[in-house]
Amino acid sequence: MPEIRVTPLGAGQDVGRSCILVSIGGKNVMLDCGMHMGFSDDRRFPDFSYITRNGRLTDFLDCVIISHFHLDHCGALPYFSEMVGYDGPIYMTQPTQAICPILLEDYRKIAVDKKGEANFFTSQMIKDCMKKVVAVHLHQTVQVDDELEIKAYYAGHVLGAAMFQIKVGSESVVYTGDYNMTPDRHLGAAWIDKCRPNLLITESTYATTIRDSKRCRERDFLKKVHETVERGGKVLIPVFALGRAQELCILLETFWERMDLKAPIYFSTGLTEKANHYYKLFIPWTNQKIRKTFVQRNMFEFKHIKAFDRAFADSPGPMVRSGLRGPARLGPCLQVVFATPGMLHAGQSLQIFRKWAGSERNMVIMPGYCVQGTVGHKILSGQRKLEMEGRQVLEVKMQVEYMSFSAHADAKGIMQLVGQAEPENVLLVHGEAKKMEFLKQKIEQEFRVSCYMPANGETVTLSTSPSIPVGISLGLLKREMAQGLLPDAKKPRLLHGTLIMKDSNFRLVSSEQALKELGLAEHQLRFTCRVHLHDTRKEQETALRVYSHLKSVLKDHCVQHLPDGSVTVESILIQAAAHSEDPSTKVLLVSWTYQDEELGSYLTSLLKKGLPQAS
Amino acid sequence: MDDAINILQNEKSHQVLAQLLDTLLAIGTKLPENQAIQMRLVDVACKHLTDTSHGVRNKCLQLLGNLGSLEKSAAKDTEGLAVRDVQKIIGDYFSDQDPRVRTAAIKAMLQLHERGLKLHQTIYNQACKLLSDDYEQVRSAAVQLIWVVSQLYPESIVPIPSSNEEIRLVDDAFGKICHMVSDGSWVVRVQAAKLLGSMEQVSSHFLEQTLDKKLMSDLRRKRTAHERAKELYSSGEFSSGRKWGDDAPKEEIDTGAVNLIESGACGAFVHGLEDEMYEVRIAAVEALCMLAQSSPSFAEKCLDFLVDMFNDEIEEVRLQSIHTMRKISNNITLREDQLDTVLAVLEDSSRDIREALHELLCCTNVSTKEGIHLALVELLKNLTKYPTDRDSIWKCLKFLGSRHPTLVLPLVPELLSTHPFFDTAEPDMDDPAYIAVLVLIFNAAKTCPTMPALFSDHTFRHYAYLRDSLSHLVPALRLPGRKLVSSAVSPNITPQEDPSHQFLQQSLERVYSLQHLDPQGTQELLEFTIRDLQRLGELQCELAGVADFSATYLRCQLLLIKALQEKLWNVAAPLYLKQSDLALAAAKQIMEETYKMEFMYSGVENKQVVIIHHMRLQAKALQLIVTARTTRGVDPLFGMCEKFLQEVDFFQRCFIADLPHLQDSFVDKLLDLMPRLMTAKPAEVVKILQTMLRQSTFLHLPLPEQIHKASATIIEPAGESDNPLRFTSGLVVALDVDATLEHVQDPQNIVKVQVLYPDGQAQMIHPKPADFRNPGPGRHRLITQVYLSHTAWTEPCQVEVRLLLAYNSSSRIPKSLWIEGGEMAPQVETSIEGTIPLSKSVKVYIMPKPARR
Repeated sequence: MPEIRVTPLGAGQDVGRSCILVSIGGKNVMLDCGMHMGFSDDRRFPDFSYITRNGRLTDFLDCVIISHFHLDHCGALPYFSEMVGYDGPIYMTQPTQAICPILLEDYRKIAVDKKGEANFFTSQMIKDCMKKVVAVHLHQTVQVDDELEIKAYYAGHVLGAAMFQIKVGSESVVYTGDYNMTPDRHLGAAWIDKCRPNLLITESTYATTIRDSKRCRERDFLKKVHETVERGGKVLIPVFALGRAQELCILLETFWERMDLKAPIYFSTGLTEKANHYYKLFIPWTNQKIRKTFVQRNMFEFKHIKAFDRAFADSPGPMVRSGLRGPARLGPCLQVVFATPGMLHAGQSLQIFRKWAGSERNMVIMPGYCVQGTVGHKILSGQRKLEMEGRQVLEVKMQVEYMSFSAHADAKGIMQLVGQAEPENVLLVHGEAKKMEFLKQKIEQEFRVSCYMPANGETVTLSTSPSIPVGISLGLLKREMAQGLLPDAKKPRLLHGTLIMKDSNFRLVSSEQALKELGLAEHQLRFTCRVHLHDTRKEQETALRVYSHLKSVLKDHCVQHLPDGSVTVESILIQAAAHSEDPSTKVLLVSWTYQDEELGSYLTSLLKKGLPQAS
Repeated sequence: MDDAINILQNEKSHQVLAQLLDTLLAIGTKLPENQAIQMRLVDVACKHLTDTSHGVRNKCLQLLGNLGSLEKSAAKDTEGLAVRDVQKIIGDYFSDQDPRVRTAAIKAMLQLHERGLKLHQTIYNQACKLLSDDYEQVRSAAVQLIWVVSQLYPESIVPIPSSNEEIRLVDDAFGKICHMVSDGSWVVRVQAAKLLGSMEQVSSHFLEQTLDKKLMSDLRRKRTAHERAKELYSSGEFSSGRKWGDDAPKEEIDTGAVNLIESGACGAFVHGLEDEMYEVRIAAVEALCMLAQSSPSFAEKCLDFLVDMFNDEIEEVRLQSIHTMRKISNNITLREDQLDTVLAVLEDSSRDIREALHELLCCTNVSTKEGIHLALVELLKNLTKYPTDRDSIWKCLKFLGSRHPTLVLPLVPELLSTHPFFDTAEPDMDDPAYIAVLVLIFNAAKTCPTMPALFSDHTFRHYAYLRDSLSHLVPALRLPGRKLVSSAVSPNITPQEDPSHQFLQQSLERVYSLQHLDPQGTQELLEFTIRDLQRLGELQCELAGVADFSATYLRCQLLLIKALQEKLWNVAAPLYLKQSDLALAAAKQIMEETYKMEFMYSGVENKQVVIIHHMRLQAKALQLIVTARTTRGVDPLFGMCEKFLQEVDFFQRCFIADLPHLQDSFVDKLLDLMPRLMTAKPAEVVKILQTMLRQSTFLHLPLPEQIHKASATIIEPAGESDNPLRFTSGLVVALDVDATLEHVQDPQNIVKVQVLYPDGQAQMIHPKPADFRNPGPGRHRLITQVYLSHTAWTEPCQVEVRLLLAYNSSSRIPKSLWIEGGEMAPQVETSIEGTIPLSKSVKVYIMPKPARR
């Protein structure tokens, strides 16, 4: 029985370090190759020794697919390909291919330069690794080899995120990566056709959450920023360089445009600048609005958002509005700033935060989750006095706001995707075990398909019954058509022919052609059967009786009485002879070829019942 | 047809077969009465339904849909043919293997419905199965079919599978269509969202589910932001800044009870409004609007969602949702937090959005005085930011005031900044913001008699000023110590009882009845009546259209009579060139007036058009006679006569149906003599015409029901600027033109902008169709840019800008007449025959400078 085997090396009942091995139709595919943010020892990378203890991975893997550029999906790639050793193809979409090395380099810098880790991959390794990448387009079917093909679908989530369909013969697996079923300000919603895969591997980050409309959150966010700016306060938005940052930029930019506001928005330079550049380029991957308007203007060419200069942070800010009209400002005023990193634990965002925290007119908006122990987490949980290094105490007077902008599908979205793809089985990864349990139960209940949630290292085996396509020769098909009767989808049909299996492809041809192709001589196979009949009359008369009987029964067939006393039905020969021992018993010799097996066996069974009494 | 059927029998090629069937379909649709042919064609179609090619099957189904009938009576006279149940045959093809054929089958079914055949209810179940088809076009058509069936059998009961319950079919269908709002294909989603709007019979229970979405976080129930906002409001708190964990999930949910795949209607609109394609969002907003109009309780519920849509990223969606909100505003009262969000949109930089919002505020109900204050503050902010919105904002405040007098009352001292003990400074009377406040207060004061007591002295003075200068915005107030200037006409008098309407009727009748008065008397009577009518039009704006229309007609008549009274008719021609000038001018003026009558009024019916054309014909006759008398030589006359006779002929052909009404008229007599005229010499023709023109009677002009004179006002440019618009000669300068048009039909095609340069050069500009907006019935707004250019001038000078109404008298005539007319080319329709000035001209000061080298 053919099988599909799935083993998560990471992301099994866990978030982070996504890495899933799939064996399908004799092909081995690795889906994603991520790192874990929670660990800094060996556990941060998947355990590739599971695949092979010695020897190169290339021999065991047919291809590697990366769904998107987040580090928990691609962070271990250079380690895997360069340090462990893999030379096969790595597939990813073009935006991922462009942005992935930037993030890997950044990650490397932090690990090596800041934390001083040894035995880490180098910049050169990242470059070498990226050379093995093959870019795929959306909905492009890529033939990895003769049998294995992959196809990318749009997944939302971040720029260039894709879902992949892996197909061998008629067996297929869909891996979703991370996806988002509701559109946001810069990306569309995930979409898949009714591809009916044998297995759907889906993320389940928000397995137990149903989210509210995004509009309320956006509106609140804009209102907060707008009010603060109008009051003359300053807004700090700590973000990570990629993904949400761009969404919020678009959000603010369009709002500024709509409301005709003048206050400039600043963005910390570096990584984000580079990434923004790519966002400008990959317009087809964005949402409807950006795609439609980019002819007039590329939405990522921000009018109001400018690169940030460190000196700006000290500027006094806008003049408090007095009765006088007109700009009475000196130097650039700093009102809205996006700064990295997102959790306020270091870097620019923390610097600015310290400068601005003292005034209650200012505001900080945290657009995402903060890990415990960071400044971000502390202020969000309501702490108003922070101890900084050097025993300084920082009093936080500024307003602290929290807005969740997350781009994963919620429980409804996951169900929607499952409904769209109509898989035979579902496998959950990238989520917490307890939450998966709930979703698993729901999926089984609503769709009546089996659902799995393996832990890391645990293998799920699915047996499949793939249908095997067989090519039929035109001659045979035409001959069959000539016999009348159009093919009917609902009824099975009997067909004579020869099945030739050669180089793992199947063909159905007529027997003559098969003989010719294989260079074999034809053998005649005849069945002969004796039927004893109790009949006292002579052989000729018996033959005659047999003839008339058959003639009356087999109306559709050509029954003939030959001069030599034998009877033929089509090509079946029936001869009557007297029994050597018992003259009152006649022996009917029935002989037919293999091709007439059906009719022959019918005839014998008919004759065995005996002839009707003479009339 | 027989040929086609014969070929059909022997033809092998599928493509040819399909084309032949197409031909048959065309034949069949041309002969809708012939039952026998139809039956025969249906028979042919049925025979070919088993064809292997999808194209042929498609065409067969199309044929069946267009021609198949259910009526048994028809089957009787064609006994040879078995009575076929077309619906059954088509229904069988719902499960065809080819999606195109499935689509065609559903379309054929819909076609049957369109042709008035009642579909069987059994189709419903079949169609429901097709909703899960693999192909989007099948699903899209199936959604339509389900909708049709649900409209046909709304009340029948269908069982719910997997339970014993039964529900109404329309509810079931509603649920199914709602489910399609989260379909994979956006085409289907748009289709489904659109259809939802027209399912008004659905029970409110199901309807309200569409806005329902249960939130949860880690399996615990969470409240939506809408619910939280509502609670905050009802608990009397204002939304304090969001705290971390403000939206912390509350109670645990029973895992079994959560239904992730919503069965039926749940959250359909929540999904639709969040869709990634704006087409779907617009469709959802439209549907929401229609459903909310029919159900007040639903309107109240969908408010939060609509308000959210005000922040959509696509302007069209925002605009649509604002319009929707306006349409349902009768059923709703805005909460303060909702109002806050609505008002935030006032800062939008798009003029359309702001104006739509002003319209919305005009008819919004606000619940608290804080709300009114908030609205006023935001509107004033809007005014300072976009001063061009002045008129729109004033109008908005007018309605806001008159709708909420009791809420404005406590705000008055604050708004006027009066103080119980001290006199405060008198505000600047020209400040638009101050006027805005006054407009609000005065309109509120109209129904709130206690309010004027709070006014300070200067407020009364300002009232008097504004009542005069902005009388459309400031109502008459019953102020202490003053007499009410104009008596308000109670609006509940029907037009027939209205004395002014009676007056109009009477004066017109008087004119028509006194037909054979002596010329002098007739002239005088006409003059007086015209004067009366004009005055009446000025006084009674609702009668202005009728009065003007009739006055114009009478003036034409007067001119005609006057022209015929001229001495010139009695004297030898060459001597009286001067008088003939007068007659010619009269003829010309009549022509102009008739064009005005025909094209400048909306609601003119065919019977008036006949009279108008008749008048014009008379004018043309007059023209001909005068020319004949004043010119020597016969040659030019030949052409003119010919042309005139053609006109008569044309008139006859166009208005053949109305000729009986024109008894005894000019045309009537003219047509009697037509054979003679055709052969007569020009001189003779002129003679005949002259006598007939004198003998012809005055036709009675029936008054149309609803008639309005088209008018236009240019708001911008205002024409007050002293600073010339400077630009380099040879280059262009764009001039923003903003005008309101009233009662103009089809303005996209007929309204033009004319620019007159001081050197007499005139330029006609065709505004783009997209420049016209339609804020209300009968009203249009033209916002466009006009490009000016000229050679260099030494001094700044004024150009005149005005709106024109381009007309083409032949465009009114139905097309079929053209084809019969033969010699007339049909493309005349697009050309412009002439123009009528529609608005007063506005002067714009410009200065093309010579280019610097």
